[in-house]
Amino acid sequence: MAKSVKVYSTSTCPWCIRAKQFLKDNNIEFQNLDVSGDQLAADEMMAKTGQMGVPVIDIDGEIIIGFDKEKIKLALGI
Amino acid sequence: MDIHDLIIIGAGPAGITASVYAARKQLDFLVISRDIGGQAAWSGEIENYTGYQFITGPELAKKFEEHMLKYGTALKENEEVLELEKTGQLFNVKTDKGRYQARCVIIASGKKARELDVPGEKEFKNRGVTYCATCDGPLFSGKDVAVVGGGNSALDAVLQLMKIAGHIYIINHSPELAGDAIMRRKVEEAANVRILNNTFVTAVLGDKFVKSIKIKSLLQEKELVVQGVFVEIGLTPNSAFAKGVGKNPENEIIVDARNQTNIAGVFAAGDVTDVPEKQIIVAAGEGSKALLSAFHYLSKNQFN
Repeated sequence: MAKSVKVYSTSTCPWCIRAKQFLKDNNIEFQNLDVSGDQLAADEMMAKTGQMGVPVIDIDGEIIIGFDKEKIKLALGI
Repeated sequence: MDIHDLIIIGAGPAGITASVYAARKQLDFLVISRDIGGQAAWSGEIENYTGYQFITGPELAKKFEEHMLKYGTALKENEEVLELEKTGQLFNVKTDKGRYQARCVIIASGKKARELDVPGEKEFKNRGVTYCATCDGPLFSGKDVAVVGGGNSALDAVLQLMKIAGHIYIINHSPELAGDAIMRRKVEEAANVRILNNTFVTAVLGDKFVKSIKIKSLLQEKELVVQGVFVEIGLTPNSAFAKGVGKNPENEIIVDARNQTNIAGVFAAGDVTDVPEKQIIVAAGEGSKALLSAFHYLSKNQFN
């Protein structure tokens, strides 16, 4: 079954753009949460990670801070 | 261990251009980099890279990456070089993930944001302390923030934050703001911006996140309540791992017109070097020059 993937991001951050592009290139469906416009999402991200840096990628509960391609691949099993 | 012809350290405009030339020369080489695109990836809008009348930083970085990977180039991404040393004719490159060997090296590791070097800065990095207004600015919507610095990058950060944040304090250690007049005027006229000249940050305080900073001026030391600290005090070269390589007082690697450093077999290109004018197109051109010099070095030397 496909894993549930959430990306906490802002529209302006280069690493967010790259992270989302990477997921798209690998045909991974994800929910994008824009933390700049969505305070609830921002709070949720800060509660999960204790920090404010974007992107944060939540793969079935596994939290990856930043665009770390190897960790993302490992978590997705690709 | 495999002995490569060449290791390219860094995958910004200089390193990637060197890699394209290296692939076309059919060298056995490796690219090791913490990121792809370097500072170019952080640029908002680029209108001075020939061939592109307009392109964003992330888009240009993506095109660079595609060009590099088109040749099946071996790339070690998210990997940081810690040490570079020469033993006999060979260079040993130690990273946070492994060790590699090559006959020559191109250092194209670029620059990174300079840090304040005050207590609390490291602890609160990404917990209110940030070095990229473009990336993190939107997270400070309605909050009071400090922008540290007085040059163009600081003013650019203030202009971005003016529309988002609550109050913005500019903490500038000089008697007045530097930066372009047109930006200065916009900042000076903004209702929610306060400029504190002759002022230094001495500490960042908070619990889970930043709650305040300590500032010091000629007259007094006091605490300023802010939730965000945007550090915009310029850049510093990623050259610490290159021990023994000649550098100028700014720690930029000194290169000659052929990108040769003081150590035979070590070449350098782009913003990590003392070459004047830090521009994407200059870095790319320097990358190609460095590779052609490295190729010449490999051809004329006998390796055991």
